[in-house]
Amino acid sequence: MTVFDAPNSYIGRSIPRPNLSRLTQGRGTFVDDIELARMLHAAFLRSPHAHARIVKIDTGKAARLPGVVRVLTGTDIAAVFKPYVGVLTHLQGMRSPPQHPMPADVARCQGEPVAMVVAESRAQAEDAVEAIEVEWEELPAALDMERALEPGEPVIHPDFGNNLCWERNIDTGGVDAAFAAAHAVVEETFHFGRHTGVTLEPRALIADYSKAEEALTVYYSGQSPHMLQGTLASRLQVQEHKVRVVCKDVGGSFGIKIHTYGDEMATCAAAKILGRPIKFIADRQESFVADIHARDHRVTARLAVDKDGHILALEMDDLTGIGPFSMFPRSSGVECNQILNLTGGPYRIPQYRARGRVVFQNKAMMCQYRAVGHPIAVAVGEGLVDLAAAKIGMDPAEFRRRNLLPDDGYPCKSAAGMRFEGLSHQAALAKLLKLMDYDKLRAEQAALRKKGIYRGIGLASMIEVTNPSPMFYGVGGARIAAQDGCTLRLDAAAGLHCLTGVTEQGQGLEAVMTQIAATAVGVTLACVRMHTGDTDKTPYGGGTWASRATGIGGEAVLQAGIELKRRVLEIAARLLKTKPEELDLVESKIVKRGTSEQLMPLYELTRIVYYRTNELPDDIQPELVVTRHYRVKDYAFVFTNGVQASYLEVDTDTGFVRLLKHWCVEDCGRAINPKLVDEQCRGGIVQGIGGALYEHCIYDERGQLVTTTMADYLVPMPVEMPEMEIGHVETPTQTSALGAKGAGEAGTGGAPAAILNAINDALAPLGAKVNAQPSTPEVVLKALGKI
Amino acid sequence: MKAPSFSYERAESVANAIELLARHGPDAQILAGGQSLMPMLNFRVARPAVLVDINPIADLAAIRVDKKGVFIGALARHADIEHSGEVAEQLPLVAAAMPQIAHPAIRNRGTFGGSCALGDPAAELPACCVALGAEFRIAGPKGERSVPAAKFFAGVYTTALEPGELLLGAQFPARQPGYVSRFLELTRRHGDYAMVGAAAHGRLDKGRLSDLKFVYFAVGDRPIMAMGLARAVEGKPLDAATIDAAVAALKDDLDPPGDLHASSVLKRHLAGVIARRMLNEYATHKGA
Ligand SMILES: Cc1cc2nc3c(=O)[nH]c(=O)nc-3n(C[C@H](O)[C@H](O)[C@H](O)COP(=O)(O)OP(=O)(O)OC[C@H]3O[C@@H](n4cnc5c(N)ncnc54)[C@H](O)[C@@H]3O)c2cc1C
Repeated sequence: MTVFDAPNSYIGRSIPRPNLSRLTQGRGTFVDDIELARMLHAAFLRSPHAHARIVKIDTGKAARLPGVVRVLTGTDIAAVFKPYVGVLTHLQGMRSPPQHPMPADVARCQGEPVAMVVAESRAQAEDAVEAIEVEWEELPAALDMERALEPGEPVIHPDFGNNLCWERNIDTGGVDAAFAAAHAVVEETFHFGRHTGVTLEPRALIADYSKAEEALTVYYSGQSPHMLQGTLASRLQVQEHKVRVVCKDVGGSFGIKIHTYGDEMATCAAAKILGRPIKFIADRQESFVADIHARDHRVTARLAVDKDGHILALEMDDLTGIGPFSMFPRSSGVECNQILNLTGGPYRIPQYRARGRVVFQNKAMMCQYRAVGHPIAVAVGEGLVDLAAAKIGMDPAEFRRRNLLPDDGYPCKSAAGMRFEGLSHQAALAKLLKLMDYDKLRAEQAALRKKGIYRGIGLASMIEVTNPSPMFYGVGGARIAAQDGCTLRLDAAAGLHCLTGVTEQGQGLEAVMTQIAATAVGVTLACVRMHTGDTDKTPYGGGTWASRATGIGGEAVLQAGIELKRRVLEIAARLLKTKPEELDLVESKIVKRGTSEQLMPLYELTRIVYYRTNELPDDIQPELVVTRHYRVKDYAFVFTNGVQASYLEVDTDTGFVRLLKHWCVEDCGRAINPKLVDEQCRGGIVQGIGGALYEHCIYDERGQLVTTTMADYLVPMPVEMPEMEIGHVETPTQTSALGAKGAGEAGTGGAPAAILNAINDALAPLGAKVNAQPSTPEVVLKALGKI
Repeated sequence: MKAPSFSYERAESVANAIELLARHGPDAQILAGGQSLMPMLNFRVARPAVLVDINPIADLAAIRVDKKGVFIGALARHADIEHSGEVAEQLPLVAAAMPQIAHPAIRNRGTFGGSCALGDPAAELPACCVALGAEFRIAGPKGERSVPAAKFFAGVYTTALEPGELLLGAQFPARQPGYVSRFLELTRRHGDYAMVGAAAHGRLDKGRLSDLKFVYFAVGDRPIMAMGLARAVEGKPLDAATIDAAVAALKDDLDPPGDLHASSVLKRHLAGVIARRMLNEYATHKGA
């Protein structure tokens, strides 16, 4: 019997989050809730230009305003903060120049911070920002990624000779022959608009430097506290163990809060210079201009099939503009890299050729945002699959059935070289078609079409990168932990403290870890207390990203729990004069194994262990503290799979798309808390809806971002969300005892493809198709030739 | 995003408000529901030295019905108008527009007077006021005056209000028998300002429209009355040919500037779709 089918297992149960009542009672502690004595506030002067030389900055007037403590420029910060270079060595050939928190010479995108005011209040700091006088010399800007590599285009980093950051090529060798022999070939160019993460709590930190201790404490709204600790220690030259990063409650992150932002780094540098705590909270407008953007890609791709609809070959070319630098330390090449790795990933594809190019441009920096690369890879792959199915006259569901990897064919390797351990594409598709009653929906669609109502059904199969090994970042030289750890500590009153390196962003991580800890040790949920997000306290870990927290952090909790239970039972056996195998620990009671007969409450054992060690035999050294770390070894990534479907209606007069229903079947391995998995899927789907239909960071021809408020940058709201039905297939991974893979990004990865395919399905009888996200009314009406 | 510092005055009566505005001159700005002004302060777009808060003036919040028609006070909240039985009965056009204005939380604070005084060309209420022939009542240092809605809206965020004046409300004429209203707007998301919208009010008799006021919003610098469209339908049977002619007349009625969410071409197209849909609704209207 494993820990999972024990009678008191909490695994697989949708228990409520332990932090729920605290958060709903307004007792959360977000960064802005923290007030420190002598604390100051920072505000930034940001470049109003896409590309401009800073001829002169005059801070004199600003410095004399009420409440102003110091005005700092790039030069001041550079004196204490070493520059950083955002390249990963395993993305061969990638280049990006050293970057400073604030440039002293040239601003390379609108919104880049160039001066900082530290004042007694944020309002005073903002007043002073207005009084800083900068003499600018505007430079020609490279804005359009399509033109970034053309001769004559301004070169952002002259030493590089051109604006290329990185190029990657994959070629299995037989692509041309496969296309030449194909029965049918389809080709399309897809455009993906820039968008961003829009966290409810914006980026925020308080930096507090103690000159006496030469120690820096940072209260931080972020995903990866140890990563920030490493960055700050090395850049600010503070001993790493004296940098403490504390993440209390975090109001959403989505990959936004895992990068090295100039304003945040400058705040930490200023705290070191001034020796006083400084708070920086990005306001919504600065979030739009200065948070990372993502997804700005143009992909041209083609697919070859034989007469039975089997895929023969895929070829694609991806181009993306990432802003003026590659982001430290994860680099801005990963989205492109993922697109090359993942496109067509659910299918048997014998031949594959792909080129990806990442170029610099004078816009906000792009980097990893929830489901990195997946929405693009899935939209391209699934878009081509639908085109091919249509071209040979095959139902798109049947086309997928023929080409999806078979469920009994694992382990196997994709054309791009991705190794799959065990997936369930066929089972997931079958479940989805049943869930949505596919045939009935098709009949309804056909009947409505006769009445001039254009409804569309779109499918999207996908794979998702989760539980990454060091092959993601560590091998490229980044100080980002792929392993994670957990310490479990059983205290005198039998309370179980669980300290983990993975972090809570609002996704319910504390619930999941509590369930695993309580189950593995054998205690009640109520006696578990979670501790996350504190580099002084928790084991060293990577934090939350790439859908890794449950799969990797959870396994460390499980292993620590199994060992702690073993120790408890060993002591109990000596006290009860029996063998450990005769005993069990269930719901905080020592029982006779296989029964619910209590022999001793757990608190009795802990009381003896801590207060009356004299009752213990001398050869027992009671240590009710266990730390375990876990790393993924056998695979670079533990992939998950899933399939989504969208049902929608296109108003062919207005170009409006109304989402009627969305389905998602995903396989995240063992689902620890099915409700939280569902919520991850739903929330992810909503972000996917945003990308597909609404969200867009729009720049004007001078490189000014024009979508800087929530009235201009449209995120889906409740009225725009369709009903979502979620189903599961469970294929536990064999790479861990827990068997859990990630579930955090599948919704976002697959939803845009399903929606785009559904729009095209609706428009098909009118001979129109769309290939751009967001698919706004303007895009749809243009496709229809109505405007 | 913090407002520059300003001082604050509470106006206890209309006279007191006028006096405070006179005392502080052009540096003063009226605060009503704050749903537009507060963001403008925080964006540092508006930088008044003094805010004159008119919220304490209870009289200004009234919605009154009498023989002359309906008077909506400047401080009547959007939510009060939305839920008013009298408005639903007397001004069905306004009642139809209210749920389209922003979201409930904003409607709880936002005011009728604020929406009209702001003069946002994409706002619903100004178009309704023009379509219904409302008269704005204005108080100022020299006493009270009235301005018809058609003359009140003067451009983007510009109205007939002079510095130092306070909008008291609007008088809507009594509902006339035989008149039917229609309201339609297209928004990217529910609650957003419209990409294009229209408020219509006209006499419907045996399938024929006359005296039609068809007022677009979000297609120009103020509410735009589609005169050509109105002429094209005046007294004619609302058949396909009439509706086609009416939609075609929009070419000269409207010259919409593009914005972030809709280009000029798209706005023109959508204005046509709206006209067609609303006229079709009139054509199939039962009762009244
Ligand atoms: C997210 C959001 C969405 C919105 N969507 C819409 C929408 O779809 N449609 C829409 O129409 N509006 C919308 N609004 C605006 C909302 O309706 C505002 O409430 C309204 O525009 C202003 O009313 P207020 O009472 O809040 O005025 P305030 O913000 O207090 O004032 C606005 C301006 O009017 C002046 N003013 C106010 N009252 C008077 C008066 N009695 N006399 C003279 N001057 C006065 C003020 O000095 C100020 O310049 C939206 C607002 C938000 C925040």
